Amino acid sequence: MSGLRLINPEVEFLRYRRRLEIAGGVAALLFLILFSRFFWLQVLQYDHYHALAENNRISLVPAPPSRGVIYDRQGEVLAQNFSAYTLEITPSKTDDLETTLNLLSQVVTIDTGDRKRFKRLLAESKNFESIPIRNKLTEEEVARFTVNRYRFPGVEVKARLFRQYPFGEIFSHVVGYIGRIGQRDLDRLEESGQLANYRGSDHIGKLGIESTYESWLHGNTGIEKVETDSSGRAVRLLSRTAPVSGHNLYLHIDAKLQQVAEKVFGDYRGALVALDPRNGGVLAMVSKPGFDPNLFVDGIDSATWRELNDADERPLINRALRGVYPPGSTIKPFMALAGLESGVRKPGDSIADPGYFTLPGSSHRYRDWKKDGHGMVDLKRSIIVSCDTYYYGLAQQMGIERMAGFLGQFGFGKKSGVDLDGELSGLMPTPAWKKRRFKQPWWPGETVIAGIGQGYVLTTPMQLAVATMAIANNGMIYKPQLIRAWTDPVSGQMSQAAPRLVGHIAMKPQHLRLVREAMIEVMLPGGTASAAGANTPYLFAGKTGTAQVVGIRQGEKYDASRLASRHHDHALFIAFAPADDPKIVLAVMVENGGHGGSTAAPVARKVIDYWLLGKLPTAPVAPEAAARNLEEEDSAPLEEATPATTEGVSR
Amino acid sequence: MILRVLFSRLFAHLDGPLVGLLGLLLLLGSVVVFSASGENPAKVAAHFVNLSVALGAMLLVSHIPPQRLMQFALPAYILGVALLLGVALFGIVVNGSRRWLELGVTRIQPSELMRLAAPMMLAWYLHYKQETMRGRDFAIAGLLLALPVGFIAKQPDLGTSLLITASGFYVLFLGGLSWKVIAGAAALAGSAVPLAWNYLLHDYQRQRVLTLIDPASDPLGAGYHIIQSTIAVGSGGVAGKGWMAGTQTHLDFLPERSTDFIFAVYSEEFGLVGNLFLLLLYAAIIWRGLMLASGAPTLFGRLFSGAIVLTFATYAFVNMGMVSGILPVVGVPLPLISYGGTSMVTVLVGFGIVMSLVTHKKLVKT
Repeated sequence: MSGLRLINPEVEFLRYRRRLEIAGGVAALLFLILFSRFFWLQVLQYDHYHALAENNRISLVPAPPSRGVIYDRQGEVLAQNFSAYTLEITPSKTDDLETTLNLLSQVVTIDTGDRKRFKRLLAESKNFESIPIRNKLTEEEVARFTVNRYRFPGVEVKARLFRQYPFGEIFSHVVGYIGRIGQRDLDRLEESGQLANYRGSDHIGKLGIESTYESWLHGNTGIEKVETDSSGRAVRLLSRTAPVSGHNLYLHIDAKLQQVAEKVFGDYRGALVALDPRNGGVLAMVSKPGFDPNLFVDGIDSATWRELNDADERPLINRALRGVYPPGSTIKPFMALAGLESGVRKPGDSIADPGYFTLPGSSHRYRDWKKDGHGMVDLKRSIIVSCDTYYYGLAQQMGIERMAGFLGQFGFGKKSGVDLDGELSGLMPTPAWKKRRFKQPWWPGETVIAGIGQGYVLTTPMQLAVATMAIANNGMIYKPQLIRAWTDPVSGQMSQAAPRLVGHIAMKPQHLRLVREAMIEVMLPGGTASAAGANTPYLFAGKTGTAQVVGIRQGEKYDASRLASRHHDHALFIAFAPADDPKIVLAVMVENGGHGGSTAAPVARKVIDYWLLGKLPTAPVAPEAAARNLEEEDSAPLEEATPATTEGVSR
Repeated sequence: MILRVLFSRLFAHLDGPLVGLLGLLLLLGSVVVFSASGENPAKVAAHFVNLSVALGAMLLVSHIPPQRLMQFALPAYILGVALLLGVALFGIVVNGSRRWLELGVTRIQPSELMRLAAPMMLAWYLHYKQETMRGRDFAIAGLLLALPVGFIAKQPDLGTSLLITASGFYVLFLGGLSWKVIAGAAALAGSAVPLAWNYLLHDYQRQRVLTLIDPASDPLGAGYHIIQSTIAVGSGGVAGKGWMAGTQTHLDFLPERSTDFIFAVYSEEFGLVGNLFLLLLYAAIIWRGLMLASGAPTLFGRLFSGAIVLTFATYAFVNMGMVSGILPVVGVPLPLISYGGTSMVTVLVGFGIVMSLVTHKKLVKT
């Protein structure tokens, strides 16, 4: 590169041509590389990229089914759907959530409750899910948002189905509620292989019928194949598999009867179970107090939830299935049958009741509720006047093992199997159980008090109703069922739920007749519930009971006026009517209601009056009735009995 | 009669085959812009305005005699460098780089001017020195090129600076730059890559290159363009999805689909067959352009027109390579297809210059 170059135009031009050719050759080579690349992408890798483009383009959008409607036996709606607009935000598609919320609140009303719920849902969900900020928009709000929509990327108005419970509190425990699907629900769905069917569903049954029959109520999710643009907006529908709605359910429950029962309870806490003895259908199931299930549907705010959960009244607990109480004297008809069937007692056997019972070789007195005793008491009278002494002796003679064996047939200590979750099994104690539970031997005195339904014996109102059904029904026990029928969503055909006979206790007809007659006389003058049984045009059979809340020491006397109302005894009552052709079986428990005859029995009377006579109650039972005429009532006796707990005896 | 004469005078400096091929390309481009804009008539109308202005400019430039063009070379270059200096001192920052100069009524991007001014300056310089061309002259020419390229790289606008370097290099290469120097420069450039990677490149520039190697590493950020355009190209298959039927295009998955990424639209809708046609059309234009360049009567004409055609080829290659995922994303439009006035005017003025340089043969004394 040194020195002056000789300029030869010819040579120069040839060199230029050569260089131009080289450059052109390089360009051709590069174009060939491009073509190879195109060939690679468009021919060899076509399937791959075609699939990716289709993936981009086509989304499978789940089409959630509409949930089945729940009706009572008369066709009254207990749970239904209604369509409303929600405003929803997809966090991943919004730039600044806080700013969006603030701007949004200028367009539609968003109160602090909405914000709180949104925050909570936000924490629970994934970023690309759309989360409701406002439910049930008015037409005007929808219109206002639509106009401003361009300002809010990632915010959409969606038409959604909402669940509504027209009866509110009254069916909180029976119908239950649905709530947003949580992690535990997801795990369960995954386990059962149902997860795919819940794509597009936000809610799942959490309690009651909504939970038990979740798989029937939910229905099958359909799939819409839609073409979407890059922002995920559906451009057109390509194909659609229609969703299949859930089954509509018809319950044995009678909403009117339930309302009547609710009403007669008044301000009392407690539970009531009404069964149809002919098929086990649950006609009413009350647990007071209840709560408004509608609160749970859109996600309850934590303050309200805490309030419900921490309340002394424990409204969230279904007392009919989860409240366990000593059955008290309501156990006596069953004990009587046990005595008769085992041959330990003959119908005519009488005892002289001095007002107490002592075990051989012991001076400890097991007192009768009536201080001076009932005098000569045979089996029938022992039920009518609820004589404790009679049953102390009977229990002692039978022994706890035989008692537990026989009473177990009535369902004591076992779950009834009703179609609701969370039922507790109560307790029918045996020495083996005590050894396991407390590592202690069984004492004879524990058998004695078990004879009058105290001590370790615990039952739920449902168990008492089922056991009473066996007496009303000549020993036949049907599984209690809420479900009466359902309609197939496709054919519209209705299917009936068959009664499920779960037990037939072999008992002599004359024994059953005797006990039934005794229970009828309980309601007549001289019986413990004569006031509640006055002037019925039907044959009314019942048995009162009282479950002690606070132990009363030997020699002390129960004095209602001295005890705070929370320590008043629980009033119990079991009944069926008409006794000659039972159409309804009842178990009533009034917490701190005092005595069975004075509070629980009137509740039962009003409920049965409505069911058999169509008579609507005018007023709830009067609380003042509780503490009157102590001596004439069938009260709980003696001894430090296990305080009744509302929840959970662990086994 | 007079009209015919007027017409032949008007088009006297156009090359029939080249104009025909360019027209075909512009027609194809309009068809693609129509689809890419989502049948937006306003955008198509604007495209036709750009096109008319650019064709008018080409026609106008084709009438400028080469001597006059040569006179422009030095002033245009000096003006360009002055403006670049102005940008460096007073330029306004858009999207993180200082490329624009605010002139009160309008703002200009001086680097656009340099796309033609730099190779013109180099061609002029080599032409001026042709009688006594030494190695030193190439070195000076190299410095003349490095000055504006340095300014532009500093803005930073790596894509434009590389493309101007390329067009300047074409002038030197066609002007007879020694193979030893070329090999030495290539070796030097190769060894400088790691240094440049570490010290010269900005983070986003490094990211672009890394993204090219593994687009999936950042599918929603920098990789998104490449992923979606590659999907568009690949899913076009052999025959394409049909005009106006590209799903990537019409469902909004392709970014910048009427400008830098318009090739993805074309490729998706017309497939491998369409791509082959486009490649052949570009090749024909380049071939015709190089043919014309070799017929230019002066060294200035040969060097400048050769560089213009090779630069055109480079733009086409870089754009298609970027869209199909073999080159990093640099802001280069697909010449004469992409929507956008500036690029269209620059390219067609370039071809106007080529035609001017080669058709004024008879009027020029050699």
